[in-house]
Amino acid sequence: MSSNEWPLWEVFIRSKQGLNHKHVGSLRASDASMAIQNARDVYTRRSEGISIWVVPSSLIIASDPSEMDAFFEPSDDKVYRHPTFYNLPEGIEHM
Amino acid sequence: MDTLIQDKLEKEFQEKIDKDIKIEPNDWMPESYRKTLIRQISQHAHSEIVGMLPEGNWITRAPSLRRKAVLLAKVQDEAGHGLYLYSATETLGVSREDTIDDLHAGKVKYSSIFNYPTLTWADIGAIGWLVDGAAIMNQVPLCRTSYGPYARAMVKICKEESFHQRQGYEIISNLMKGTEEQKAMAQDAVNRFWWPSLMMFGPSDADSKHTEQSIRWRIKRHTNDELRQMFVDATVPQAELIGLTLPDPALAWNESRGHYDFGDIDWDEFWQVVGGNGPCNKERIEARIKAKKDGEWVREAALAYAKKHQTN
Ligand SMILES: [Fe+2]
Ligand SMILES: [Fe+2]
Repeated sequence: MSSNEWPLWEVFIRSKQGLNHKHVGSLRASDASMAIQNARDVYTRRSEGISIWVVPSSLIIASDPSEMDAFFEPSDDKVYRHPTFYNLPEGIEHM
Repeated sequence: MDTLIQDKLEKEFQEKIDKDIKIEPNDWMPESYRKTLIRQISQHAHSEIVGMLPEGNWITRAPSLRRKAVLLAKVQDEAGHGLYLYSATETLGVSREDTIDDLHAGKVKYSSIFNYPTLTWADIGAIGWLVDGAAIMNQVPLCRTSYGPYARAMVKICKEESFHQRQGYEIISNLMKGTEEQKAMAQDAVNRFWWPSLMMFGPSDADSKHTEQSIRWRIKRHTNDELRQMFVDATVPQAELIGLTLPDPALAWNESRGHYDFGDIDWDEFWQVVGGNGPCNKERIEARIKAKKDGEWVREAALAYAKKHQTN
């Protein structure tokens, strides 16, 4: 019976000006404009958003969680990227 | 898969759980964890959706415009809850439609409470106060459940639930300030919904086959009996305050336990209703099947329209 199932869409919402769109979940809709309408009704019933993005779930490409350690490891050993790595002379409090 | 690798993965998985690191959709997980979640989250989704039926029954007959607007908003929220949860179920690799067809085929359950009829307006009060109250007791700890998408859906749901319980308590409290007839109506609704509300927490711990593993996986954070006790403790004073009598002669404060004692649940009734023989089981599933069938042509037409506009 699954032949007529509508495609799945991922929903992203900007809650207010100045903030990023954030993933909130997914929904089913026949096309993009219906996905936007449904996203409004499902995810913003209490003024949770001022802008909505929808993306077909099939288009999302994700990094592989099983390779997470090796993939993100190069940034772990570069402590000099953080300000706490540096010694400051006495007397300098804010820098 | 090699059993050595399997053991290693399972050990790492349990370590993550023990450290309260959330499990996300693409992470490795034991097949039984995935299956347990699909069962629990889809049952939860179905409960939200089927739960719209008993309350929907009173939307057109709400006693004032205010009550009607509130009830509409409440029932619409329940639809939203169902949708957040279907969305979470789909992250586990099952399709939404298959999940719904499983409900219609009787392969999965929904909360037994929605198999009771709503006979009077006071039932809408009793449902909001007791049924949503019991649901909240269940749902608050689920905000910390180990599966990320389920936990996030529950956070959103819990935020929305608090008005549900208040609107129900308001209905019941107002009736209790009314005429003798209105008070009797409120009391009657509570008499009918009290025990089924206690049954919402599921079988007692001794008979609950999934509880132990679910707690080890931190899907559940409390046992059924613990949650039931929390609900009784929270609800008794609310009933007393507005002059309602809960229909349990054994209900009494136990100083040494620091909890209310309460009488034995009629488990025969519970298993009968779970098994499909409650007052409204047949009607509820039929309504869901009819809704799907009646909407079929709309879904087909929308899809055909979308396809046509894609190729142009
Ligand atoms: Fe709900
Ligand atoms: Fe609710």
